[in-house]
Amino acid sequence: MDRRTVLKGLAGVGSLAATGGVSMPALSQGAAARTLRFVPQANLANFDPIWGTQYVVRNAAVLVWDTLYGVDATLQPQRQMVESEDVSDDGLVWTFRLRPGLKFHDGEPVLSKDVVASLARWSARDPMGLMIKAIQNELTAVDDKTFKWALKQPFPKMMLALGKNNAPCAFIMPERFAQTDPFKQIADYIGSGPMKFAKSEWVPGAKAVFEKFADYTPRQEKASWLAGGKQILVDRVEWVVIPDPATAAAALQNGEVDWWESPIPDLVPVLKKNRNISVDIADPLGNIGSFRMNHLYPPFNDVRARRAVLMALSQEDYMRALVGDDNSLWKPLPGFFTPGTPLYTEEGGEILKGKRDIAGAKKLLAESGYAGQPVTCLVAQDQPITKAQGDVTADLLKHLDMNVDFVATDWGTVGSRRAMKTPPGQGGWQMFHTWHAGADCINPAVYNAIRANGDKAWFGWPNIPAVEQQVTAWFEAKSLDEEKAAVSRLNRAAFEDVLYAPTGFFLSYTAWRNNISGVVKGPLPFFWGVAKTA
Amino acid sequence: MLSYILRRILATLPVMAIVALFVFGMLYLAPGDPAALIAGDQASPADIERIRQSLGLDRPFLVQFGTWLWGILHGDLGTSIFTNLPVSALIAQRIEPTLSLMAITLVLTLVVAVPLGVVAAWKAGSLVDRAIMALAVFGFSLPVFVVGYVLAYVFALQLEWLPVQGYTPLAQGFWPWLANLILPSIALGCVYIALIARVTRAAMLEVLQQDYIRTARAKGLGQRSILFVHALKNAAVPIVTVIGIGIALLIGGAVVTESVFAIPGLGRLTIDAILRRDYPVIQGIVLLFSFLYVLVNLLVDVTYTLVDPRIRY
Repeated sequence: MDRRTVLKGLAGVGSLAATGGVSMPALSQGAAARTLRFVPQANLANFDPIWGTQYVVRNAAVLVWDTLYGVDATLQPQRQMVESEDVSDDGLVWTFRLRPGLKFHDGEPVLSKDVVASLARWSARDPMGLMIKAIQNELTAVDDKTFKWALKQPFPKMMLALGKNNAPCAFIMPERFAQTDPFKQIADYIGSGPMKFAKSEWVPGAKAVFEKFADYTPRQEKASWLAGGKQILVDRVEWVVIPDPATAAAALQNGEVDWWESPIPDLVPVLKKNRNISVDIADPLGNIGSFRMNHLYPPFNDVRARRAVLMALSQEDYMRALVGDDNSLWKPLPGFFTPGTPLYTEEGGEILKGKRDIAGAKKLLAESGYAGQPVTCLVAQDQPITKAQGDVTADLLKHLDMNVDFVATDWGTVGSRRAMKTPPGQGGWQMFHTWHAGADCINPAVYNAIRANGDKAWFGWPNIPAVEQQVTAWFEAKSLDEEKAAVSRLNRAAFEDVLYAPTGFFLSYTAWRNNISGVVKGPLPFFWGVAKTA
Repeated sequence: MLSYILRRILATLPVMAIVALFVFGMLYLAPGDPAALIAGDQASPADIERIRQSLGLDRPFLVQFGTWLWGILHGDLGTSIFTNLPVSALIAQRIEPTLSLMAITLVLTLVVAVPLGVVAAWKAGSLVDRAIMALAVFGFSLPVFVVGYVLAYVFALQLEWLPVQGYTPLAQGFWPWLANLILPSIALGCVYIALIARVTRAAMLEVLQQDYIRTARAKGLGQRSILFVHALKNAAVPIVTVIGIGIALLIGGAVVTESVFAIPGLGRLTIDAILRRDYPVIQGIVLLFSFLYVLVNLLVDVTYTLVDPRIRY
């Protein structure tokens, strides 16, 4: 072989490419109008909604799998796959009947045995499911359309558990998949929801495609969040993963995508100026920013040190670092529950109100015995929310003359390191930053981060019996007033012992092109009722 | 020559083995736990441990390494922890966009950088030379993502000539394929064009002072013939060497470029896998990249014999 042969070969390949493929794909206007192109908040890296509990998995899963109940915009569970339910007088036996016409995407009917297997798998992973499982006598199929859940003690929040939108939701799968170990992934993605998952078109990290399920029978009621008739008005929904926000903004402006779930605040002014684009608050339940202190080790094993930090903490500083100057995107949060929801309370939250008391905080910190030892503060730099909060916390601690060991790392490292109970000098930590979706903070059942049962509690391992007593009181409450009273007492106890530090309540925007209609505000993007014109 | 190529290919095996051991060891020591990420915020430590066990992450290092190596020897790169798809399938999904991006960038670079370098050397010390070298410094200094954003703003948003993001497979048509790659290739190629232009100029300057060039001029050969037939051919060895080294630059640059232009290539797969601690995917990609790099070096060595007949192995 000589160089002339090589050059001839290269020229041949070039001309082949040039002549062989010069053609444009023909995509009719009608087809384009029936495909909704959506930019999700994150990459759909796996698609087993019980095995992986990330929000993005839940958001995609509601298209493919249906639930027995679904919460509506008033946060009340409504029937979805269920036609009727009956609970025995002593509250120990729940009997459910499935509505007619339910079919899986493979054409098989949805039967009680599928539901039983699905609930068994779900209840091994979900906090509310685990509570039910702990008091379960038996979960059985009575006939093809009826199933029964017998308990050792009443569980009044049953319908909420089966219809909540917090991950993992109680999705119903065919028995053969639902029998998979809940700690292993399912092999295929067959549901009975309004859309089918196009597995062959799935490129994790880039694209996920959902096709309208022709045999889906929506309920007759008007759709409201996860409840009501899930009418799909497009043929296809394509999730286009665009990791860079500036690129996503440009793609939306250019008409390459139709709907961007989570535009960052910095780019919203640009989008608002574009007359082809609508921008609105995505989720009225918003998010609660937070950092958690390790209750096991000094200085934060002393409540005075934790209270000192709260006395000096300015939620406005945190929120401005997160959302900038847009005042419609944040509010102070002297509480632990989601503002605007029935159980929201500011009971005991005075410590976060009014002028910040740095001098008083320093005094209290000294009384706690803090003498300048390093405070290991984990901050994930790849998550804008944790990075912004971490920077403010570092400044706050320095104002309190604390010795900050600022660990700038990524979310993957924080995710594993926060679980370490070893002393901070041996791989452990004293603070880490996170946030909670407001939908996960509406009541104690779905709010893992509010639990204070020591070793079993979320990271930081607070042990506050007064909080746990009120969690139990809430579960046993017979009326909304009783629930509110229990949560008020819980809120006060959580502040008195500083369970964790709420840094404020913040909202985010969503943006879509004006040829899209039917976008509703909610804790996740709902695709039913969304239409697109050419 | 054939025996040389075979020897070189065989020599890659120990290199690959060392790379594999190194990568596996580094990932084993790196902080982070995919089980914790999978389990989510609601999971208990027992849940996380069960997931870790189901993924085999609780086994001793040597057992994990041995299992992985055994799989590699049988052509199995393993299964992604997160997607539950074979690593080879994920790489197959992503390799076309990355190779396309690299190929277009390489062509663009050669077409632009080599003539620029030749002209700069020919007009050494002149305004043209200084302008080209100033452009080279500019291109070298600009981060890929800045060039990418500017290009997208001008040619996609303002002029609406080209798409902002995405990738269309070549099988769906040449123009849609090319349209998605033009801006990313220019963005990625800037640094590379600057590098090759500078190296070409330096190599050409040296060759242009040789006696045989003076002889060629004395014979009355035209300037184009002297520059591109006589001088460039003899200056080609260092240029080809830098092109080979530059492939590594392209791989690194592709990671950023693919993120900016949302191209579903290996670069983005790498970033996603690292952030999620998807160990089998990271290991598979690093092995592939190291193999490609070794292969490119081999190709460079073979190319020497094509551009300089005096070189024989």
